[in-house]
Amino acid sequence: MTPPSLRGAQRATRHPPVEGHGAGRLFPPNRVRGRNDVAAFIAALAVLVCLALPAHAVRPDEMLADPALEARARDIGKELRCLVCRNQSIDDSEADLAHDLRVLVRQRLSAGDTNRQVVDYIVSRYGDFVLLRPPFKLDTWLLWGGPGLVLLIGLLALGRYMRRQAGITAPPPLSTDEQQRLAHILKDEASR
Amino acid sequence: MRRWLYLLPVVVFGLMAAGFYVGLGIDSNVLPSALINEEAPQFDLPPLPGRDKGFSTADLQGHVSLVNTFASWCAPCRIEHPVLNALAKTKRVPIYGINYKDTGDAALSWITKLGDPYTSIGADDGQVGIEWGVYGVPETFIVDKTGHIRYKHVGPLSETDIDKTILPLVAKLQQ
Repeated sequence: MTPPSLRGAQRATRHPPVEGHGAGRLFPPNRVRGRNDVAAFIAALAVLVCLALPAHAVRPDEMLADPALEARARDIGKELRCLVCRNQSIDDSEADLAHDLRVLVRQRLSAGDTNRQVVDYIVSRYGDFVLLRPPFKLDTWLLWGGPGLVLLIGLLALGRYMRRQAGITAPPPLSTDEQQRLAHILKDEASR
Repeated sequence: MRRWLYLLPVVVFGLMAAGFYVGLGIDSNVLPSALINEEAPQFDLPPLPGRDKGFSTADLQGHVSLVNTFASWCAPCRIEHPVLNALAKTKRVPIYGINYKDTGDAALSWITKLGDPYTSIGADDGQVGIEWGVYGVPETFIVDKTGHIRYKHVGPLSETDIDKTILPLVAKLQQ
């Protein structure tokens, strides 16, 4: 590609600023067709966007011929963390290790393992961290119970507050003497 | 309002600050190994091309060993390599190599150029790495006399790691 400055110079020599008929030739009547093109382009783009499937890193050569087994492998893959990219599942990750783990999952499924056995096998190598959904355990109780705990504290505080509010009674009604004084003051205010 | 409530924000701040301070010291790249105190996995790796001895589970029996995963494509391994060479020279503990997802030629030229600290090396296409719970190279394991994994270090070993952590633990396990 020619550098922009050069392109500018060429255009300047090829299309000298001729007054009068210059504008019409630079922008020929396909201006209307141009708008249609844009509409068509947007429509095509919209169709493509709608057709697009979620991007998976699972490569065709990894997939199992048996659709039932492949579906189980996908179920497992969605739940396993890629230990290189951390917040992607092994099905979503392009990392080499994720590829190896996908292949391993499929090998073990083909060998007749249950989903549970496959996941347990990988957990035994990489620990609970490999699970995107951590199990409920002694050392994860705060993780799972935390939100409930905060809710409980909030409810207790709310209950206390409401009980205290209910305890505050309305002030006793004014005595006749006080009512007269009030009327007097109000009259004063109004006449001012 | 009770007076002690005024102290509450200070207490909450103190707790949060303490939590964050502890959090700062945790390297989130280092994952705890699930294999600590477990038996080393069963494997039998072939040697690098042109060599006769690979690396298998049987090699880990009867003595304390270091198992180091490395690859010629791994930059931190290059930083670690002189440290391993120096450790090998002390003859305190045999170092076994798992050449992870590498080509035989590249690994051989790496050893020729940079020195060979390994008692023996096995070539792994990634399967055995998974058995060991490897998620990046270099990683180094200490295996005791009975073939149980006792320690895992993630990332390149430094001289400080060797002196402060690796050698004391090796000495303890060798008793």
